[in-house]
Amino acid sequence: MNMLEKFPITQYISEEGKTVHSEATDITADLVKLFYEKMLRARMMDKKCVNLQRQGRIGTYVPYEGQEAAQVGSALAVEKGDWMFPTYRDHAATMTFGHSLRNLLLYWVGRIEGGIPPEGKNIFPPAVPIASQLLHATGVAWAEKKKKTDRVSLVYFGDGATSEGDFHEGLNFASVFKVPVVFFNQNNGYAISVPMEKQMNSKTIAQKGLAYEIPSIRIDGNDIVAVYLETKKAVERARNGEGPTLIEAVTWRYGAHTTADDPSKYRDQAESDQRRTTGDPLLRLEKYMKNEGLWDEEWVTTMENKITNEINTALEEMQNYPDPSIDDVFENVFEKPTWTLDEQLKQHRSIKRGQMS
Amino acid sequence: MTTAIQVRKLTMVQAVTDALKTMLQEDESVIVLGEDVGKNGGVFRATEGLFDQFGEERVIDTPLAESGIVGTSIGLAINGFRPIAEMQFLGFIYPAFNQLMTHATRMRQRTMGRYTVPMVIRAPYGAGVKAPEIHSDSVEALFTQIPGLKVVIPSNAYDAKGLLIASIEDPDPVLFLEPMRSYRSFRTEVPEEKYTVELGKASYQKKGNDVTVLTWGAMVPDTMKAVEDFEKQQSASCEVIDLRTLYPLDKETIQESVEKTGRVVIVHEAPATGGMNAEIISVINDAAFFYLKAPVQKVTGFDTPVPVYSLEKEYLPSREKIIHAINQALSY
Ligand SMILES: Cc1ncc(C[n+]2csc(CCOP(=O)(O)OP(=O)(O)O)c2C)c(N)n1
Repeated sequence: MNMLEKFPITQYISEEGKTVHSEATDITADLVKLFYEKMLRARMMDKKCVNLQRQGRIGTYVPYEGQEAAQVGSALAVEKGDWMFPTYRDHAATMTFGHSLRNLLLYWVGRIEGGIPPEGKNIFPPAVPIASQLLHATGVAWAEKKKKTDRVSLVYFGDGATSEGDFHEGLNFASVFKVPVVFFNQNNGYAISVPMEKQMNSKTIAQKGLAYEIPSIRIDGNDIVAVYLETKKAVERARNGEGPTLIEAVTWRYGAHTTADDPSKYRDQAESDQRRTTGDPLLRLEKYMKNEGLWDEEWVTTMENKITNEINTALEEMQNYPDPSIDDVFENVFEKPTWTLDEQLKQHRSIKRGQMS
Repeated sequence: MTTAIQVRKLTMVQAVTDALKTMLQEDESVIVLGEDVGKNGGVFRATEGLFDQFGEERVIDTPLAESGIVGTSIGLAINGFRPIAEMQFLGFIYPAFNQLMTHATRMRQRTMGRYTVPMVIRAPYGAGVKAPEIHSDSVEALFTQIPGLKVVIPSNAYDAKGLLIASIEDPDPVLFLEPMRSYRSFRTEVPEEKYTVELGKASYQKKGNDVTVLTWGAMVPDTMKAVEDFEKQQSASCEVIDLRTLYPLDKETIQESVEKTGRVVIVHEAPATGGMNAEIISVINDAAFFYLKAPVQKVTGFDTPVPVYSLEKEYLPSREKIIHAINQALSY
């Protein structure tokens, strides 16, 4: 069976910004503008973070430039009460779902507070051990099912993650227990330096759902309309008790794996940059909006100014945040600290006091 | 005729590369495998240049799966190869724990020597480089309790090369932990040719008479600095020992030093409870109890997960804490 034929890349809007799918017309003008605004916000935030890292004002940072449509489109397809499980690269998704920019920045300066979700929103702290979060998403959604709610989990992971055992265990559990979870894969072509062709012999990620009898689809991850509508469908299926879906969103990361990585070691960055002029998710939506008569330069400028202010405010809030305290580390190991923790903190404080006196 | 011994000053990470290169050159059965170790040369550049020199059959980019890497390495090792597997960070070894605990370390016994597992697992570890969450774990004691596994930690470039070659030549599985805080922070002289540093042997970093300070990994240079500061102010002198191999411990060296000084400080960055400090105290208890003049002092990390980087400095044993412990040991 030719898997590339079995799982063709579903597109709603072509790279030229033309409608190529009958259901694309379901999208309202307001929604299109929302897509653009949220992607612009994500991109501006990412660029800001890369710059802050270069200036040494935040630590090692994980950029997502190029993946905005995949993250923003899917995040807009879930609602308050649903659960989101990001990786270290998915802050475009979390900030779209409601994570505060201040906490996001706190994460990148190594603050515990960076992992705290906003009030009323269910966002897990970013999963760092690859693929581990698929099981949490499945467990959380399983609990929702047992509680007979219609809430769902949306979990992010990369192409490399599908090599880990946890990926397969997550899919199998979700399938066996018909759990309301959406497995959202961002296939950005690389796991650090390892291209997909070396990571796996499988031609697609979507086909991995076949083994678990999970409905799977391969979509153009840079087409926000495709991402939004297909994620919405998967979410609805989950809400209706029809179980999990695997979505493979084919996308690309323009930059380095992290700010500590040098992509020129393993790929042609000129070729990667070339994609900015062809496959870019923001550019595509811009073309679409122009074709549909929705593009308004003034509106874009207004948005840019608004976002710049929002980012600068968040940066200020992060910088003015109270200093970190080691007490928080001790107080949050157990509900009640044990005697070893009490003794260690006491000793730590007494030596620090001695040091200061 | 004399042959000039070529000596260069290398960082620890360069010495690791040098050891790998030496062994890849010498022994056809040696292979290096792991995530991003090939074309990229490793995220810390520990395998830099090896892919180009030895090719993709011997320096192998694997799928992203630690259990897969260690599990297949067991098979490779049993069937004629000497795999050197890299875990990108020690904090990501956990998926492979099962393979280590239930197979790598038991195969010799289960087959009474018919199948053996001569493999090395390398992993950078430890806090202090502002790495993201989970990347900074110092969990050596989780592994020293695995029967059948040797645990080795170099503190400088010279030892890194010699210990790594000894680990590769060892007939049994070795976990080789590389303190990433020391990867590039200083250089030591490293001979160009092959040499080994015997596993299970500690090294005196400094001789002294009054207090024995036992440590390893990235805490060795930190401890040496603290001791230097201490000795500037006090007349007492410290003996600093780098244990280098955590399993098996060098009982003789510990005993020899404790019999002389009668006072001991143990410094490690791993959590206190169940950490190596307890095991070392047990060895001292058995080997030199009646020589002790003071309770053994310890400076360790906390019984907390290693905090994210804004607080990691508070977590790591500080100069003040080490000096405080030395003073405590002397105050009895
Ligand atoms: C269990 C585990 N092993 C290794 C790593 C180190 N690591 C961080 S990101 C990464 C590559 C992940 O690739 P992919 O899943 O494709 O996601 P991407 O980073 O491209 O978004 C690796 C190997 C890790 N974080 N966790």
